Amino acid sequence: MKLTLTVNGTEYARTIEPRLLLIHFLRDELGLTGSHWGCDTSNCGACVVWLDETPVKSCTVLAAMTDGRRVTTVEGLARNGVLDPVQEGFSACHGLQCGFCTPGMMMTARWLLDRNPNPTAAEVREAISGQICRCTGYENIVRSVLWAAGNDGNDGNEGNDGNDGSDDDGRD
Amino acid sequence: MDATSGGGAYGPIPRKEDARFIRGQGTFVDDICLPGMLYGAVLRSPLAHARIVSVDAAAAAAHPKVMAVLTGEDLAERALAWMPTLSGDVQAVLATDKVRFQGQEVAFVVATDRYAARDALELIAVDYEPLPPLIDARTALDPGAPLVRDDLPGQNGNKVFDWAAGDREATDAAFSAADVVVSCDMVYPRSHPAPLETCGIVADMNPVSGKLTLWVTSQAPHAHRTLYAMVTGVPEHKIRIVSPDLGGGFGAKVPLYPGYLCAIVGSMVTGRPVKWMEDRSENLMSTAFARDYHMHGEIAATADGKILGLRARVLADHGAFNATAQPTRFPAGFFHIFTGSYDVPAAFCEVTGVFTNKAPGGVAYSCSFRVTEAVYLVERLTDMLARQLAIDPAELRMRNLLKPEQFPYTCATGWQYDSGDYPRALRLALDIAGYAELRREQAQRRARGEYMGIGLSFFTEGVGAGPRSQMDILGLAMADGADLRVHPTGKAVLGISVQTQGQGHETTFAQIVAHELGLSPDDVEVVHGDTDRTPFGLGTYGSRSTPVSGAAAVVAARKVRERARLVAAAMLEVAADDLEWLDGKWRVRGDPDQARGIAEIAMAAHSTLDLPDGVEAHLDASAVYTPPNLTYPFGAYICVTDVDPGTGEVKVRRFIAVDDCGVRINPMIVEGQVHRGIADGIGIALMQAIVFDESGNCLGGSFMDYLLPTSMECPSPELGATVTPSPHHPIGAKGIGESATVGSPAAVVNSVVDALAPFGVVHADMPLTPAAVWRAIQGRPIRPDLALS
Ligand code: FES
Ligand code: FES
Repeated sequence: MKLTLTVNGTEYARTIEPRLLLIHFLRDELGLTGSHWGCDTSNCGACVVWLDETPVKSCTVLAAMTDGRRVTTVEGLARNGVLDPVQEGFSACHGLQCGFCTPGMMMTARWLLDRNPNPTAAEVREAISGQICRCTGYENIVRSVLWAAGNDGNDGNEGNDGNDGSDDDGRD
Repeated sequence: MDATSGGGAYGPIPRKEDARFIRGQGTFVDDICLPGMLYGAVLRSPLAHARIVSVDAAAAAAHPKVMAVLTGEDLAERALAWMPTLSGDVQAVLATDKVRFQGQEVAFVVATDRYAARDALELIAVDYEPLPPLIDARTALDPGAPLVRDDLPGQNGNKVFDWAAGDREATDAAFSAADVVVSCDMVYPRSHPAPLETCGIVADMNPVSGKLTLWVTSQAPHAHRTLYAMVTGVPEHKIRIVSPDLGGGFGAKVPLYPGYLCAIVGSMVTGRPVKWMEDRSENLMSTAFARDYHMHGEIAATADGKILGLRARVLADHGAFNATAQPTRFPAGFFHIFTGSYDVPAAFCEVTGVFTNKAPGGVAYSCSFRVTEAVYLVERLTDMLARQLAIDPAELRMRNLLKPEQFPYTCATGWQYDSGDYPRALRLALDIAGYAELRREQAQRRARGEYMGIGLSFFTEGVGAGPRSQMDILGLAMADGADLRVHPTGKAVLGISVQTQGQGHETTFAQIVAHELGLSPDDVEVVHGDTDRTPFGLGTYGSRSTPVSGAAAVVAARKVRERARLVAAAMLEVAADDLEWLDGKWRVRGDPDQARGIAEIAMAAHSTLDLPDGVEAHLDASAVYTPPNLTYPFGAYICVTDVDPGTGEVKVRRFIAVDDCGVRINPMIVEGQVHRGIADGIGIALMQAIVFDESGNCLGGSFMDYLLPTSMECPSPELGATVTPSPHHPIGAKGIGESATVGSPAAVVNSVVDALAPFGVVHADMPLTPAAVWRAIQGRPIRPDLALS
């Protein structure tokens, strides 16, 4: 079947098998290997990307379901070569070790901060609770996201301009 | 700190490797995509024990996208149906005679895409004749038990080995003389390290050059290269192993797995690269499990709590093949360090390994070669002894801990501990916890009917294997190399034989070299994980990277520094003896402004400068480090829990960890390792177990059933540090990668059992799920299902 979608701002058209999972489409068809696959059961979150504005586990989404929609992956997190504060925070606070869970964690973190610019540690923990990290024990991931919250908007991160100062739940 | 080093490069600097990972530009095995690459998939046995009557792969081979199908018979023709394990046993690559565990490899399909390979598996018809499975290790030695390994000549039971350490008579005497003896049966259940990246390979046999290149999830690329050469017959110089970025390993990526061999043969047969990545169920059901020790422990003491002796009898479930990854002469790993951190005059342990119809493995998951089982045993017994004697468990530990002046200390089973100040570490942990106040709070809560637990554990590990005369894997002595090249501009490249799985070697090892040579860590590039570009060594497991390869890096750097001294002397026209290494430069004694740093010296070494006879015109050096002894990291942990007696739910409120891993090169990375281990301990103690039903069906084959701790179960750890350098390591470092995984489960269990003390609970087996806690409260602490773990 035919699939047309936008990934990280670039439009792609491909012919795919209807059963193809989004994670495999991104990785094998588009070569965007930043999103990872870690389980068969939608438990680990290594595959988290955004579908439009919402984080999804891309191992649990058929590529076909993204027709006409926007997908954002870790490769789209930096804008114009400027790292997202979330990315900087993960490095500054040692929020990653092997780096396998990191892309999914960062995509969820960005989504959280867009809705809740000043989360508590407990709110960060809840936001990432559907994702597994086997390396960090989560503490430094929490610190990384809080670091990013403290540094959001300091470095011209364009991706957030529309949301700065907004702390209500969600956009449409 | 080492007075001769340049200094300044240690410290909590951000990691170099982060730059690629935060951009999604890591290169994991599944990210490798070669032109013409094919995809493999493994057909696995649905049964735990069955004779294979026939395998019909004709329909699969006829699938339009299938390029090859391999069965056990096909591999047998190439003498590859069986492969050696790391413990001197053999393991079926693809089963020919019987299947011996659920999930065992039976056939391999190579197709043009992932999905087609999976489709074709469905087309293979295997006729099995079911056999009674042996699942409960405790019945393995019964007469009439099903025989798992009828393939082994002369094997007429299910015993793998009998092994003992310590002095039986002296220990028996100590027990006879004791005022009090406490004993307990405890199960350290089977678990799985479950790194977030599963195992996989891209195998590329180039038919023209004869070169076999493997991108593979390997913690030990060099040792694996030797093994692949021995198994496949491809000459070793024609094999290149690249272990790219690894998404965790924790010991699961030390063994060779059948899927790797299948992909290699698949590439040989098709002439194209073949990728095989296992899925999560395959990972949990077939690759290296951990633990599975059924232990009977006894502790003898005087009435005032002086420990006199320890005894342990262990039944070790090794699964269907003896494939434990550990020093070959240590069939129970380092379990016999089970006297732990205490001055125990007499100790004796016996371990019997048995085959069962379960996946092979046993040594994995940051266990420091079974030290975690040993620590768990002694720390549970110590707590039980404290309860029996009505002595506070912190006080009882304090009375028995080794004293600083006892080091180097040789324990009752022969290990020589290098250095330590144990009471200091325990006092610090008690201080951070506010121990006395916690006990007061506990008493108040108990009076209100609330169940709060305070659990301690103190651990000592022996890591950094090993002295090469004593420790080898299949004859390869456990040494590691470092290869240091200093370019004319003073920038350096360090090749190492160990392989990071997230531990941050690219940063730590750069710091090590920079520190020795007065460089910035930015000036040192670390190369690892590529056997064509790095020196030989046995790899990363058992917390050996810093103790062994880190030491090799130091030795190589110091060789560079010594040659630099000769070059600097020529530059400054002074005698080499007139130079001293100070603040990162060679300086003229008495005139320290007359100085040359490594960058200037490197350029001079490569210039036309006249060098003294015998001084080679470069600043490169290499080293192979063979440790004189293990290093012995230690620590004191305290876990505070709250238990809901109605639901059995355990909440970990606080976790305090004081670790002493000797000199810390990058404290930020060290703390990250401790954070991980605490999460492991909470997971292992409270939720993780691979269990089976009576038919041998694995009940932990997915993340739906094999529960891992999330951000909601893991507390924010409170860390402390003491630094007792290792006297025999060139920079005094001891290794930290496994400490918290080894030490923390006992603290969690001790805490929960402490919380349940008002119910009379003295022991309950892991994992302490709500159901297990509830059973313990009901007076039924034994988990019948764990008999099958
Ligand atoms: S791969 Fe695990 S949740 Fe998607
Ligand atoms: S950093 Fe390794 S899984 Fe999170």
